[in-house]
Parts: sequence; structure tokens; C-alpha cells
Amino acid sequence: MSVIQPLRPKEVSGLFVFPGKWEIEYEYAAGRVLTEFFKKLKEGKIVGSRCPSCKRVLMPPRAFCERCMVETSELVEVKDEGVLLNFIIVYRKFYGLPDPPYAIGLVKLDGADEPMLHFIGGVDLSTPERALQVLRPGIRVKAVWSETRTGAITDIKYFAPVAGEK
Amino acid sequence: MSPPSKVAVVGVGITKFGRRLDATHPDLAWEATKRALETAGIWIDDVDAVVYGTMDPFDGVAAPERWDSAAYGAGRGSGKPIIKVTTGGTTGMSIALLAHALVASGKYDVVLATGVQKVSENIEAQQVLNTAVDPLTDRPLGIGAIAVGAMQASAYYFKYNRRIEEYMALVASKNRINALRNPVSHLQIRLTPEEALMSPYLIWPVKLADSCPSSDGAVSVVMVSDRAAKRIGNAHAWVKAVDYIADTYWFGTKSDPADWTNLALLARRIYRKAGVRDPYRFFDVMELYDAFSIQEILEYEALNLAPPGQGTRLLEEGVTEFHGQLPVSPSGGVLSSNPVGVTGLWRFAEAALQVMGRAGEHQVKGVQRALAHAWGGALQFHALAILSSSPE
Repeated sequence: MSVIQPLRPKEVSGLFVFPGKWEIEYEYAAGRVLTEFFKKLKEGKIVGSRCPSCKRVLMPPRAFCERCMVETSELVEVKDEGVLLNFIIVYRKFYGLPDPPYAIGLVKLDGADEPMLHFIGGVDLSTPERALQVLRPGIRVKAVWSETRTGAITDIKYFAPVAGEK
Repeated sequence: MSPPSKVAVVGVGITKFGRRLDATHPDLAWEATKRALETAGIWIDDVDAVVYGTMDPFDGVAAPERWDSAAYGAGRGSGKPIIKVTTGGTTGMSIALLAHALVASGKYDVVLATGVQKVSENIEAQQVLNTAVDPLTDRPLGIGAIAVGAMQASAYYFKYNRRIEEYMALVASKNRINALRNPVSHLQIRLTPEEALMSPYLIWPVKLADSCPSSDGAVSVVMVSDRAAKRIGNAHAWVKAVDYIADTYWFGTKSDPADWTNLALLARRIYRKAGVRDPYRFFDVMELYDAFSIQEILEYEALNLAPPGQGTRLLEEGVTEFHGQLPVSPSGGVLSSNPVGVTGLWRFAEAALQVMGRAGEHQVKGVQRALAHAWGGALQFHALAILSSSPE
């Protein structure tokens, strides 16, 4: 016997609204290239993919170069340290997203030709004024790795300014 | 199939924007469509084809074109096609571009361009937008639309102007005050630049006042061939040019977010096609897609109204205010109402109303030529359309 839960509308200004939710599960394929990228992250290493035509090292690594439109030929290890190009600081709690404050930045790692997006941490983010005393484009940042690595983008906790930038 | 044709807008229907608890998705579709058909002086059976768009899944209903089909006469056994397009924020202009192409090519004589969106029905729009980024590398970082707008503002801050927040506040105030002239606007607030500057940060450097609301709404536009224009419509807005450009998803390959290089490229392309030498002289009004106040400043620069880094001057001089030399977003713009997948078509519809002289209280005097713009994706897609009171 099936049991149907009764739906319960809310009344707003005399009109009904029905609470709803999507709970749909997925299994996202990482593909060959990103699988290798995530496996290396688990080992504490970062790799990009090199285009055989323009020789650029793409970050995050992709299976084809979007400028030359050819398959990338090899994965090359880049440093877990580089230059901060740009950043933003989240102060509002957005439902279902991480708790503020947190910063997201574009980091160009040594050996890569493109920046990657990741969290920027190890800085007082309580106000923009305080954060801006340390954060600015051009400073050197280095990966702070998670204690538990699972083979995912979160294996890097965040990029933090290297000593001397503070 | 008829010979190629010029294309005229002859009917516009815009619903009230906001939290529309009084209407379902199909109700909104019908509300806009009925109004568009009435202003064109035709009936649904006179429409040859429908181009529809929305940005899934803001509404929590996948593929709502199925649900909305009855609003376009699908239940009358007319056999009319309904074609759907969706490209994020540019969806509305993708609709306009496709509808225009279907008429211009001679394929159909009367096309209804339409979009429906209920952004207010989801509890957190940024959570929805987070589903639109790479699920493995970007989604875990919590990236949404405000994040990309903030990326532009931050890049502009460091590259061009450390006082950019003060200018963003001027845009935020200007467009909210314009919205007071537009009864369909979602936000109706007399916001001062000082109040805008005091509003809390969402994502530095973008504040609450610098961001668009989550709106419900629908827009329908009737486009006809020059042959059909002889018998349909009391006022005509001629589509002089419409064009579109796409950039990559990946931030690493895109240009510096301090400049909208791709929009500048598109502007040069459409200006050349339409013979625009000086945009100040050519255009009487512009309706730009400013989901975040920084974007209007980047758009001034990309549209060649100011050199890179100098867009703020237009705000200092009041050029783009309602009574300025070149009013921008007299409707109140995207900062006052944003039914995302419809918003681009709304820009197009507002530009059409301005050249038809039918914008009501926010009508700018003596408009002959108007520019409409939309952006979408991860700062990726841009569309521009030029509307004119003359077919030539």
C-alpha cells in the first residue's frame, strides 16, 4: 500500500504557495584528464595539461586546447605556489553555499600559463580593509593542503600568502 | 518561404515584475502574450511561429515550455511551432535574434518572441547559479553570478580606480530612481548614492545595492516582415541590426575581467554594420544589462562611450541620467527587475517601445534609435540590437 504524504500549502496574502525541493542524485564523470589531475592532488601534486601546438599549460587541465583546437598531449607538474591575480571576499551567507567570510581568487601557479580558481585563506577576512592590508594582485601565494585528501579540488584547502607578504 | 525581409516590432507585452504569487508560469506567459497581441492588433492565430526562452532551473520546473505551450495557442490545433532557446542571461536576446532571423529569412511573416521566468520561486538564486558552473573544479568553491560580478569590480578596483565603489553607488541610485517612472519595475525605491554606499557587502566589492533582485515576469514581442508590417501594427520599431558573440567558459583563457573585451569586439562589429561612427550622436537611448552596477561602467567603455578606465566620467557628468545627453536604462534596468531568462528580451522590448514612442512615463523625448544589450553565461555571451523608428 502506498502512503502519500499530504502536501501543505502556505498562505501568503490570501494566495497559496507550496514548498518544494529537488533532490536529484548524479554521478559526474571526471573524464581521463581531470581524473589524473585529481589523483595527483591526492598525492599533493598539481598538474596542468600542455597544448602541443601553442605549448601553453592549461589550468585546470583539459583534454583539448580551446585556442588551437587540438588535443592536449601531456600532463605536466606545476608548482603549488604562484601569483594571486584577482580575488573577491564573500560576506553574505548564501543558502547551500559555504559559510562566510571566505575569499575566492585567481591564482597563476609557477609553470602554468593560466590561473586557477580557488579559496584564498590564511588572512584576516573579517573586513575588506583588514583583508586588503595583505591581499592584492601580484602577491605570492602557496597551497595549504587538506589533512585528509580524497582526490578532489578540496584537497587544496586554500592558497595563503607566503611569508614576507604579510 | 518568402524572400528576405526587413523586420519590425509591432507589439510588446511586459508583465509586472516581482514576486508574482497571483500567477503560475503559464499565467505569466499568457499575460505577456495577450498584451503583445493586443498592442499589435492581432490574435494568436495570426502568429506563424513562437520562439520561447527561459533559464532552467530557476523555476524548479525543467523545460517549462511544455507547461507554457497553451499560452501560445498550442491547444487550438493550429500546428504552430514552439522553438526554445536558452543561454543564461542572454537568453532573452537569443530569443530576439532567432525570432528576427526567422522573419528576416522569409521563413515566417509573424513571429512571437517570448520568455517566462520565476526567479522568486527559488529560495536562493545563487544556489541555482552554482549548478551552472563546472561541477568538479568550480562548484565546490560556491561560485554564483554575484561572484563573477564581484570579480569584475575587484579587477576594476585594482586596475583603474580605487574609488570605484562610489561610482557603482551612482549607477545603483540612478537606475533605482529611473524605476520609479516604470510601474512594472520590481523595485520601487528612491535610493540615494549615500544609501547605496552604506548597504552591506554581499561579495566585496559588490554590495546589496549594487545587485539585481530575483524577479518573476514574462515578456512577449511580436516581430513581422515588411510585407506583414503593411497590415499589422500602429507603431513600428525596425530592427536595424542584431548580433551576438561568445567567449570561453574558462577564466584562465578569458581576458582581464576589468575590461569587457568581447563586448567591445561585438560593438565594433555591429557599429560597422549599422554605420555607427559616433555612438553619442547615433543613439538616443540605451537599455543595458547591468545585473551589477559595475557592469554598466564596463559597458560604457566597451560600447565606446568612454575610454577604458574612464567610464566613471559619464556618471560624474550625468550624461546617462534620465535627462542626460544619452539616457541609459530609463526603464530602471536590470538593477530594478531581473527575471533572468526574460531580461534580455525586456531590454529589446524597452528599446522598441522607446523608438515607437510608447514607453509611457519613462519615455525619453524624440527617440529615433536605441541600443539594447544583454550578457550571459560565465561573463561569456553578449548580444546587441539596434532598433530604429525608420526601416532605412
